[in-house]
Amino acid sequence: MTVFVSEHPLPSLTGFVMPLTAALGGFFGLLAGSAGGSTLLGIVAGLAIGAAMAFALIRLAPDRRIGRTAAAAALGLVGLVAGGITGMVAGVAGGLVLGWFVYWLGSGRYRAGVPVYATGPQVLWHNTFLFICGAIFFFLIAPILTVIPLSFNAEDFFTFTPAMLAFDPEGYSLKHYRDFLTNPDWQQALRNSVQIAPAATILSVSLGTLAAIGLSQSHVPFRRAIMAILISPMIVPLIISAAGMYFFYSRIGLQGTYAGVVLAHAALGIPFVIITVTATLVGFDKSLTRASASLGAGPVRTFFKIQMPLILPGVISGGLFAFITSFDEVVVVLFVGSANQQTLPWQMFTGLREQISPTILAVATILVVISIALLTTVELLRRRSERLRGMTPG
Amino acid sequence: MTDAALDSAGPSQGRKSDPAETTGPMLAADGTPLKRSLARALRRQKLRALALIAPLLIFILVTFIAPIADMLFRSVENQIVAETLPRTVQAVEAWDYESGEAPAEEAYRALLFDMVVAVERKLHTRLGTRLNYETTGISSLFRKTGRGVDDIGEDHMDAFAAVDARWEDPAVWAGLMGAPDWLAAQADWAAADPANRGPEPAFALAPGIADALPATAPLYADFAAFVQSENDSPVEEDPWAPLYVALHTDLVADPEAAARLAGSNADLVTAAAAAAPGFEVDSVKAAFLDIDEDWGDAEVWGTIKAFAPAYTPGYFLSAVDLQKTPAGVTQQPENQQIYIMLFERTLFMSLMIMGSCILLGYPIAYLLATLPLRVSNVLLILVLLPFWTSLLVRTSAWKVLLQQQGVINDILVWLGLVNDAERLVMINNQFGTIVAMTHILLPFMILPLYSVMKTIPPTYVRAAKSLGATNWTAFWRVYFPQSVPGIGAGCILVFILAIGYYITPELVGGTTGTFISNRIAYHISSSLNWGLAAALGTILLAVVLLLYWLYDRIVGIDNVSLG
Repeated sequence: MTVFVSEHPLPSLTGFVMPLTAALGGFFGLLAGSAGGSTLLGIVAGLAIGAAMAFALIRLAPDRRIGRTAAAAALGLVGLVAGGITGMVAGVAGGLVLGWFVYWLGSGRYRAGVPVYATGPQVLWHNTFLFICGAIFFFLIAPILTVIPLSFNAEDFFTFTPAMLAFDPEGYSLKHYRDFLTNPDWQQALRNSVQIAPAATILSVSLGTLAAIGLSQSHVPFRRAIMAILISPMIVPLIISAAGMYFFYSRIGLQGTYAGVVLAHAALGIPFVIITVTATLVGFDKSLTRASASLGAGPVRTFFKIQMPLILPGVISGGLFAFITSFDEVVVVLFVGSANQQTLPWQMFTGLREQISPTILAVATILVVISIALLTTVELLRRRSERLRGMTPG
Repeated sequence: MTDAALDSAGPSQGRKSDPAETTGPMLAADGTPLKRSLARALRRQKLRALALIAPLLIFILVTFIAPIADMLFRSVENQIVAETLPRTVQAVEAWDYESGEAPAEEAYRALLFDMVVAVERKLHTRLGTRLNYETTGISSLFRKTGRGVDDIGEDHMDAFAAVDARWEDPAVWAGLMGAPDWLAAQADWAAADPANRGPEPAFALAPGIADALPATAPLYADFAAFVQSENDSPVEEDPWAPLYVALHTDLVADPEAAARLAGSNADLVTAAAAAAPGFEVDSVKAAFLDIDEDWGDAEVWGTIKAFAPAYTPGYFLSAVDLQKTPAGVTQQPENQQIYIMLFERTLFMSLMIMGSCILLGYPIAYLLATLPLRVSNVLLILVLLPFWTSLLVRTSAWKVLLQQQGVINDILVWLGLVNDAERLVMINNQFGTIVAMTHILLPFMILPLYSVMKTIPPTYVRAAKSLGATNWTAFWRVYFPQSVPGIGAGCILVFILAIGYYITPELVGGTTGTFISNRIAYHISSSLNWGLAAALGTILLAVVLLLYWLYDRIVGIDNVSLG
């Protein structure tokens, strides 16, 4: 990157960096001003602060870290004076962004992603594109992250209270978590989820792995038809599966029983096991089993000593998929289960429909943490599997 | 086993060069011809593979395919009418709806006999509910009739009693109708100690009685079966009043019947047969019209006739806003046409969601595919995190954000962009559903797009540019066409998932943002019109399977990737 910077002349301070920083500062000022009541004052102050900061940082603080800290501190102070604790936090955030922006423009790094010969509009478009992508990533992640602070709300609201925005410790509490841990409804739901999901996972993993091994052999009659049937629970919309299971399971007396819910969830998880294990088996070297057989191992021993350790990453990630399918599933359990089989998602669903309490947000936060853990596990397993198969991770 | 086969096939390869063997068939080590030996090994291999697959296949067939088949079956099944009203269904067969007149007396008589059995077994309300889906008002008509039907025929009963008081005695009826063996067994049973006697002997009709009294005998058999199911004895329970109507009908139709009857009751029947034509009794039709004059309406009878067959397209017709009436297939009344509108809305919103997923997913996938692997792997986690987060967490997040007292409205109000009194309505409408579902389904668009874009060599675009193409031309003419398979895959995946979504529209859709799946759920759990739910589900399933078939043609089942 430094190569580009040295090849390209540094942008002019007064003709480029200062006006743009002033514009961004003006935009921040507009937001702050309209929140504070005087839009015009905000814009003017923002413009002035932006231009001044660009000049000061480029001329007086060549070291980026010092400059950014100074900018954050200065704007934080302004914010503290103008709007208390909330203002200070907003000021520090604005200062960091503005400081970064000044150096990003001033050092010419904004051209880092494009060839040296790119024209101005091309550079502008490139950076706009990056900005759009950033906004989309924000759209993807922000809703999930919003839930986390809200779950520490001391009030029974689904939004940020003034006390929370002022970072008043009074505004935060663990009461929703306490409610989750003490409320018998939630505890029963948690118990049900913890009982149903592992049972369904074990069922789908054991049957699914066997079938995937069978499917991966070279001569399987009707392979496509069998595959289509085994994958079908993933294709059929859940509401249709749920309707069919409800009709059929009530005919045979499984509706409203644990067994019924476990069977239904196992069926829904099976396609994931089949897909992941079959994918692992594609890279499996069959000469290994032959070598094992030629050394005198029986088929069972070969399976557990040779094949199983090699496909284990695929089996585990298939199992995780099956687990999360069952753990997250709500449509089928709503129909196949009865009040005794209320799972966590069911409880959340009814809670959301009837708007009972923000305990849902506490549960949601716990689930987000669990899913981060699961995602990490699956990612590590995938890399391990690819390394074992001699493929580069990616 | 495969390995053994290969081993045994091995030596024969060596013999191939042996000139003595070239004329005869090649032999395996154990002396069998190689061809047969190989075929056997192949067969074993196939069987072993099938044996490994079989448990799962059976499991899926029982827990998943059977329920789907059951749903398909329910969407056309209609045995309830013929099962509950067997005599009526037969009687109206000859009746012509086009005449506009209610059917003749026999149909009412058949209805009376069916109804009294159904009412005693408490089946008539179920049938009423079923027929009410087709013609409103039948449910209450059936319930009203159910309360009065066992009084119909009391005048017949009195007339018979006037001829001979013995007609009021249940034992006389039992003696007349029951088989001698059964009568003896029943007497033994009645005499036994109630504390430790076996089950009541099942009622059997006397031989020949079914021919002699064709209406009375089957009805009495139903009566006896019902009484016995209540653990009472037919010898002691008063017969239903409609039985006298049946007997009257039989005796008037065939006065000789009595002569064919054996036993001590012959004189009783003969006397009644002689008096029967002279009975001054009301017609059954009049009695029914007395209960509710709707029974004179050809529409009600037409509905029964139209839905008499055991299988009906009626649910499917309802699912597309048509209805099966006695006069043929017609449009539903204007104010009840909702399903076509719901299907259209489901399609429209799924398309909107698909479109916004392309708009948001394409830049991200492009960015991920062009960045160095190390950076893109980190960014990919930002895509996978929502993918792995619980659906309900994401839906609740959007509920929190979009509510009128929610985070986005609060921010807008705080910024002064929106007046506090005029907070935006962003939830419980189509907008909320589209935003939330776009967020939920976006990873399903990004991942297939990314996997296709990763395979596009960057040199093509560079070559285009070196040949003088502008950035836009190079993208549009060179890069974009190569990414089209990814767009196709992502679109179909997102569309399939969107079209059958239930949870999110239910929670954030309000009334205008709901899908056809919400209606299916409503019919299963609230209106209990399971047949219609099954028909709607079948249509939805057909659409999804069609799309899936397309997906298979374009992308291939085996290329389903989980990121």
